Amino acid sequence: MQLWLIPLLPLAGFAVNGLLGRRLSKTAINAVAAGSVVLSFVWVLKTLSTLGVFGGGNPLEQAYVEHYFTWIQSGTLNIGVDFAIDRLTAVMLMIVTGVGFLIHVYAIGYMAHEGGYYRFFAYLNLFMFFMLTLVLGANFLLLFVGWEGVGLCSYLLIGFYFSEKFATDAGNKAFIVNRIGDFGFSLAVFLIAMHFGSLDFATVFGKVQSMPVESSAGWMTAIALLLFVGATGKSAQIPLYVWLPDAMAGPTPVSALIHAATMVTAGVYMVTRSSAIFLHAHGALEVVAIIGLATAFFAATMGLAQTDIKKVYAYSTVSQLGYMFLGLGTGAFSAGIFHVMTHAFFKALLFLGAGSVIHAMSGEQDLRKMGGLRKYTPITFWTLLCASVAIAGVPPFSGYHSKDAILASAYEYAPWMYWVGVFTAGMTAFYVFRAFFLAFFGEPRWKAAGHGHDDHGHSHGAPHESPPSMWIPLAVLAVLSLVGGYINIPKWLEPMFKLAPEESGIPWTAMVSVAAGVIGIALAAWFYLIAPAIPEGLARTFSTPYRWIYNKYFVDEFYDSLVVNPTVDGSRSLLWRVVDAGGIDGIVNGAGKTARNVGGILKRMQSGSIRSYAAWVVLGSIVVIVAITMAGGAR
Amino acid sequence: MDALLFMIFAAIAVVCGINLVVQTHPISSALSLVGVMGALAALYLLLGGEFIAAAQLVVYAGAIMVLFVFVIMLLNAGTEHKGHRTWAKYAGVPLLLVFLGIIANLIANRLPASENVVFGQFTKGSPLEIGRALFTTYLLPFEVTSVLILIAILGAIVLARKEID
Amino acid sequence: MPQLPPSVPLSWYLALSLILFVLGIAGFLFRRNIITVFMSIELMLNAVNLSFITFSYKLKQVDGHIFSFFVMVVAAAEAAVGLAIILTVFKNRQTLEIDELSSLKN
Repeated sequence: MQLWLIPLLPLAGFAVNGLLGRRLSKTAINAVAAGSVVLSFVWVLKTLSTLGVFGGGNPLEQAYVEHYFTWIQSGTLNIGVDFAIDRLTAVMLMIVTGVGFLIHVYAIGYMAHEGGYYRFFAYLNLFMFFMLTLVLGANFLLLFVGWEGVGLCSYLLIGFYFSEKFATDAGNKAFIVNRIGDFGFSLAVFLIAMHFGSLDFATVFGKVQSMPVESSAGWMTAIALLLFVGATGKSAQIPLYVWLPDAMAGPTPVSALIHAATMVTAGVYMVTRSSAIFLHAHGALEVVAIIGLATAFFAATMGLAQTDIKKVYAYSTVSQLGYMFLGLGTGAFSAGIFHVMTHAFFKALLFLGAGSVIHAMSGEQDLRKMGGLRKYTPITFWTLLCASVAIAGVPPFSGYHSKDAILASAYEYAPWMYWVGVFTAGMTAFYVFRAFFLAFFGEPRWKAAGHGHDDHGHSHGAPHESPPSMWIPLAVLAVLSLVGGYINIPKWLEPMFKLAPEESGIPWTAMVSVAAGVIGIALAAWFYLIAPAIPEGLARTFSTPYRWIYNKYFVDEFYDSLVVNPTVDGSRSLLWRVVDAGGIDGIVNGAGKTARNVGGILKRMQSGSIRSYAAWVVLGSIVVIVAITMAGGAR
Repeated sequence: MDALLFMIFAAIAVVCGINLVVQTHPISSALSLVGVMGALAALYLLLGGEFIAAAQLVVYAGAIMVLFVFVIMLLNAGTEHKGHRTWAKYAGVPLLLVFLGIIANLIANRLPASENVVFGQFTKGSPLEIGRALFTTYLLPFEVTSVLILIAILGAIVLARKEID
Repeated sequence: MPQLPPSVPLSWYLALSLILFVLGIAGFLFRRNIITVFMSIELMLNAVNLSFITFSYKLKQVDGHIFSFFVMVVAAAEAAVGLAIILTVFKNRQTLEIDELSSLKN
């Protein structure tokens, strides 16, 4: 079946664009970059159709594995390079290649005036390679390879505008915070290898099934918790989410692809893949649910007051990822994956639409300086409306289906979680529509402020619609956001994750959450359409909570004082001064100094006086005679 | 009789040796050295080394010491002045005494004192024996020394000639 | 006159050799004229020759005599070259004082 073609086509694109891109024309670069991804997508479709996915019947009951070669053979541990497709992988493959392709097309238009064009598309293709390796890998090590690789590409792409310090800082932050998560992941992998003797998914999960469920702390819980630590890093959960808002320093297509649709869902995918382990460690599963819920709630509160349109969507992403983990933690793994898919559609659309708005506004990202754009950018307006209603959970659009599945599962698990989730859904609707109204309705606040120079280096005059390469992907994603909910992922994943029996009619949990969403939209309309003075008044009245929300609860500053500054200062004063300059340099220089000093002492022997040489000779001969005598005479 | 001869010639050797070290003018030292060599030749004879005794007188006392005397006369070396002291002067005496003590100790402990030297008892020192040994067992060193002498001659000539302008 | 033994023990010869050798070292260390130093070296060589002959007597072999012969040859060569060097040094430095020939200092 040649599964290896799926990731290797983008890798070839990376090689071509990376090595030759400087000399290729823009058309050629576009063709290679987008072409490699679309070919990969086509190959995915072909593979899936060969496996019988698009026909009837029950395809992919078992995973289809292709083994290429043995990578590590050490004692009893045997790790091969294997790619596998099962139903879960099929879903992820479609999302990654499909949405990835759309975003590549969009990027062609968006990055048209940027420097480093070929470098951007090379990195983007490299990211696709690693993400596909992550998804296709049939053992934990391959998953980890992809895991690290997407982290690397994230760093490269966030810091794409490398001459801006805040961009490179954001890249560093993303990579370092991810590294902390990866440390946890590595420990989990070691423990798995230790306890199961293999890293292969089939072997490990098979062995897990035959083990008893751990109700309290034990090594299974440790493995699950450590895996989840890795997920908090990659998927931006509490406490390692702080890199994602800063990652908005990268170009908007990067934010859409990596930090909305694909990379950040790697954690969700990994936990779902390891569901067998988590189901045998209920304590860990509870931790997952609680952290997911907490993240969803807090991130939503932080999104209420942001003024940068990309930051609003960034916190929204963190919040939605929290929803996914809530779904996983309450046992509804398929609901979590369902939300991954719908989130990919509408969040990518939100980001791409934001990019379109920014492009129209010649680089302006501050919501307070926008307004009244619906006359100027109609396509962006309609597509962002589709995305906003989807994320707000308005039926029958996609967000409603997936979010509701999660909330229903939450209610089954613990009703208080459900109510917190509903409140968060309301906040989600509120802040998404706040951004929407601020951008597209109201007075054109930008007219008074004048135009700035955009980061493309030239101003555009009045805002205008984006070129087709940008609005066509928007349109496609808009359609998917609207109807994507009808792709019944939970049914598709049923052989892997048992579903609760279907109830008839619409459950009341769904109706309550929809109501919350509608209330949120109405509040946003009231605050920002009808009576714009109210938000300012509220901000003044509740100035302290507002300040806390606006400053993201000072979490970054807290981490700075707790972790970053002590590390930097400790490194500087202890490791640098004492260990490196004092110790190591001291040893090296000291060796040299000692040699010099010894030489200085020995120098005195060279007196130039023959007589002292003679005396030395006599002395030496005495020593030799004594030595030979002691040794028993010369035989 | 042997003992008497030994004592006489040993005394001559020691006295001449002390004279060599003590005299200030080099020519006196040279003549003392000749005396030492003569005494030693007699002692070699007592030990049965006829060839070596003759060689000592002919080569050592007759040629090498003559060379020394030539050079001393050539350079018009005068008596020595008193000079400044190096540490060798102060360390020299103890070193010498230590050396003396150690070797004396060795001789006393390691060698059987019963062996006595009787004149005429050693017959292998005749030219016949020496010739036989030189041309059979020690042939290679013998030939090598001829090269050595050649090198020495060349070296001496090169070093000591007048500059040719 | 004290009663002398009829024949002399071997160790006396070695003791004489030792005395002459130590005298040679003394001259080597304490004299300042370079030619005198050289002659002290010759004295040392002679003492060693005596020692060789003595041991040859003891071991009843001719090898000690051969060795002594070679020592003499080498001493001759060395004397020739050494005196030539002294001549050269004198030509350049006009001095035979050993302490002034110290340009190798430090």
